[in-house]
Amino acid sequence: MNYLFDPRHWTGADGIPTLIGEHLLYSLIALAIAAVIAVPLGIYIGVTGKGVFLIAGLANALRALPSVGLLILLVLLISPAFPSKMGYILPSLIVLVLLAVPPILTNTYAGVRAVDAAAVDAARGMGFRTMKILTDVQLPCSLPLVLSGVRSALLQIISTATIAAYISLGGLGRLLIDGKAQNDYSQMVAGAVLVALLALFFDQLLAFITRRVVSPGLTRRTIKSASIAEPAKTPVTV
Amino acid sequence: MIKFENVTKAYPDGTVAVDGLNLEAPTGKLTILVGPSGCGKTTSLRMINRLIEPTSGTIYLDDQPTSGMDAALLRRRIGYVIQHAGLFPHRTIVDNVATMPILLGESRQKARTKALELIERVGLPASFAKRYPWQLSGGQQQRVGVARALASDPAFMLMDEPFSAVDPVVRGQLQDEFLRLQSEIGKTIIMVTHDIDEALKLGDQVAVMRVGGKLAQMASPSELLTSPADEFVADFVGRDRGYRSLGFTKTAGAVAIGEEAVVQLGASAEEARAKATGAWVLVVDGSRKPLGWAQPEQIAGGELKREHLNLSGIAAAASGTMRQLLDAALSSPSRRGVVVNEHGELIGTVTATDVVKAIEAEPHLETAR
Repeated sequence: MNYLFDPRHWTGADGIPTLIGEHLLYSLIALAIAAVIAVPLGIYIGVTGKGVFLIAGLANALRALPSVGLLILLVLLISPAFPSKMGYILPSLIVLVLLAVPPILTNTYAGVRAVDAAAVDAARGMGFRTMKILTDVQLPCSLPLVLSGVRSALLQIISTATIAAYISLGGLGRLLIDGKAQNDYSQMVAGAVLVALLALFFDQLLAFITRRVVSPGLTRRTIKSASIAEPAKTPVTV
Repeated sequence: MIKFENVTKAYPDGTVAVDGLNLEAPTGKLTILVGPSGCGKTTSLRMINRLIEPTSGTIYLDDQPTSGMDAALLRRRIGYVIQHAGLFPHRTIVDNVATMPILLGESRQKARTKALELIERVGLPASFAKRYPWQLSGGQQQRVGVARALASDPAFMLMDEPFSAVDPVVRGQLQDEFLRLQSEIGKTIIMVTHDIDEALKLGDQVAVMRVGGKLAQMASPSELLTSPADEFVADFVGRDRGYRSLGFTKTAGAVAIGEEAVVQLGASAEEARAKATGAWVLVVDGSRKPLGWAQPEQIAGGELKREHLNLSGIAAAASGTMRQLLDAALSSPSRRGVVVNEHGELIGTVTATDVVKAIEAEPHLETAR
């Protein structure tokens, strides 16, 4: 713990705030890209029923990807094409995005599928156009599952973003890699604790957001008991 | 008026769901499509608001063919009620009911005011407005479904098995209340059901469909019972149709109602014995509402209590039908059927013999057959 409480480690270009900032930057960019890919795709597959094989096959195959191996392969393939730091950032982002797509995709698909068919039929029968059915019924009703997909994706990204340090990028992985190289266990523990705290913080933040934006009609909460906390699901790995 | 003209629905695999259907649902009336599963009744209904497109033929809404209309705009003119209500789970009851007015461009506040009125109109307390659908029972959800369809005050309504997902007691209540509502609002309604009893109870006219999507007979409920067009209809309408057709014959004045001596709870065994005709005496409350039948010899020495009551008898309203009257007589342990006025107060009793005599004297039934 000494490492964490040493004020020298909280300033400078490789100080802890900078590392956290970099870590979050990679994580959030990757999450945004993954969401932009997976949410519309999940909705499309869920609504049309086309491409279900993507859910069963590809999404599950992606989960089994070895992150570090893929990262190194991508760096070998991509970095020669980019002279700058981009040649390293891009592979990291791709790995993180590939990691985050499956949970968001499968959850969005499952969420859209789980929307009460009678509610959709009623909406169409009342004269809702396809787009309005999507925005007013299908999306709000699938929101709890979509958000839980985003939540587990973010957890995985935050814990896995440490590998960016393998290829000499920043982020909290620096503490782990450098600590290992220097046999500085205090530094490694500091990195592990920080990653865990960061993941926990964002997990709770997303749980909070979920409670705010999902209709109590879906979560079956009565308004009075709205503060029942959900247990954190995914274990944090470093 | 909703009119089917030679409407056929055939699927690419060769299945014909509806075959050359001709049908007219008159303005302000409740028309029921009934038939076994696979007879194309739901397909027919869904072709009206074009959730399913007909393969050939034309459906008219007040003489306008629906085929040229924008499907979404067409649907907004027609109230739509489905089996499991199909409420939006993420919206409160009041917002569910306000859906159509808002869709049609009314302000949120106006739509909510209207929705609140309708929630009470379908028999739900106003306090339900802020609840979510999951907090309501199936029957209550179905009421909300009806309120939602009525909120835009459409001239037409389509109802797909609206009461079949609730238990029989609630179903009966919903049907009664719906009949009352329809007598006030007079919408042009087409309702689909597989339940012939429901069809006969609710319909101004009933279209019986057979498997293969053909219309077997279109008639009033009493006509279906008294003169079914063919064996299929006769069979579908059921074996006890003679008895059930009594449900369309009003009793008003046709049956002599006899005097019945009554006692109240707390009466002694002697008083009960004195008032009894045969083994049974009728027990009423302070405002002459029947409570049940009792046997004086079972009141051993003490006084008449609730536990002595036999509750098997069903009271019939004097303004009711022959069927209700006969049922009252047959269900009563004393074989004397209790007849009450519109406030539920005792008028007297009838025997099955009296009712049957009145039925035999009824010229109407004979000629109809």
